[in-house]
Amino acid sequence: MMYLADVGALARKDLRLELRARDTLPAMLLFVLSTLVVFHFVLPGDSSELAAKGLLWVAIVFTALLGLSRAFAAEREQGVIDGLVLAPSDRSAIWVGKALSVLAFLVLAEVVALPAFALFFGGVDGPMVAGIALADVGIAAVGTLLAAMAAASRARELLLPLLFLPLAIPIIVGGVGASVTSDPGRYLGFLGLYDALFAIICWASFEYVVTE
Amino acid sequence: MSTWLRNNRLAALAALAFALITASIALIFFYAPVDADGLNQKIFYFHVGIALTAYACFAWGGWKALRVLWKGDENADLESYVAIHQGVIFGALTLVTGSIWARYRWGHWWEWHEDQLVLFLVLFLFYAAYFMLRFSVPAGPRRANLSAVYALFGVALVPVSILAIRLSERFIHPVAFDRYGPNMAGSQFFTFCVSWAAMLTLAATLYNVELAGKRIDVRLRELREALR
Repeated sequence: MMYLADVGALARKDLRLELRARDTLPAMLLFVLSTLVVFHFVLPGDSSELAAKGLLWVAIVFTALLGLSRAFAAEREQGVIDGLVLAPSDRSAIWVGKALSVLAFLVLAEVVALPAFALFFGGVDGPMVAGIALADVGIAAVGTLLAAMAAASRARELLLPLLFLPLAIPIIVGGVGASVTSDPGRYLGFLGLYDALFAIICWASFEYVVTE
Repeated sequence: MSTWLRNNRLAALAALAFALITASIALIFFYAPVDADGLNQKIFYFHVGIALTAYACFAWGGWKALRVLWKGDENADLESYVAIHQGVIFGALTLVTGSIWARYRWGHWWEWHEDQLVLFLVLFLFYAAYFMLRFSVPAGPRRANLSAVYALFGVALVPVSILAIRLSERFIHPVAFDRYGPNMAGSQFFTFCVSWAAMLTLAATLYNVELAGKRIDVRLRELREALR
């Protein structure tokens, strides 16, 4: 129970910071909308709806990257991470709390992006939304751990996409499959498997990322 | 003899690798029969052996990474890095040989439905990022931990990517070809085993050479620090 209280406190801290400073979420919203507009001009006029659905996944992954690159900014700039590591709680709680807040930002960005996508390109259905929801969990889980890694390096924001994109390829395969095929069950199951597997690995290994 | 072996392990390993590679080349060109695909099938013995060796290197790197996190083994960090370095070299060779084979087999340099090749591209990108990570963190226990965690991600990424690529392939390309099939002739299988063993020994030799060099490097730096 203490663990859940720690996680809750950490996630609340991030959400409250965002509510007061508003430096990540507006950027994500604006980014995802401008990406969708760019896609309109990227696609030839007679391209199929499937191409637009595929590109939506590009927008989601890059919007997530934008949010993730800021995920540990406050911790790094103010030296908060040392305090969190020294706090008498399990270190993995830092990861769970941060992943939850990242997930919240991502879902909020998509709440705006999906209706916009439906408006511009049309065709948002149930399996697609389910695929996006499952993919968000995986993106938040893996992305948060990699963001913590990138924050510890000299290259910082530059490194995160390089670390993240190869690991995101299975998410994209599953997500695009769930969006465009007539048999999305297989892909949704695969996304669930990915989420479970990588969440366990991240949960178990986060401690080593923030300690020496 | 046994003391000589102990003192010259690396030289003996290198000699074994040389002998095995010579033997495998001889077997490939003079012993293994030319099958229905013609001469281009010969690259199979190099390509698959190299690919499996790359997997072995990545697995060894993952095992050493686990040792870093689990036992706090300080030597394991360098070993894991060197194993992954060898894995990337063999992985790049897999991409090149696979591409050449695809050109002569199917007429294109790149085949997206060649799922092993796509998998190696993903792994190549992943492990290239491993080096970026490693080179942008100052040396020390922190770097050892970060590299080890990322290397373990690689071990999980391999089966997940295989699954993902299989899933997507059935959707885009309903092509079910088995390249060499289960009914490989005995002589072909023997040749393949020898060439795989040759590649593994070569990788082990290179691994030990690089490891020795890196260790001397570290030792030299320590001595220089001590003299300062």
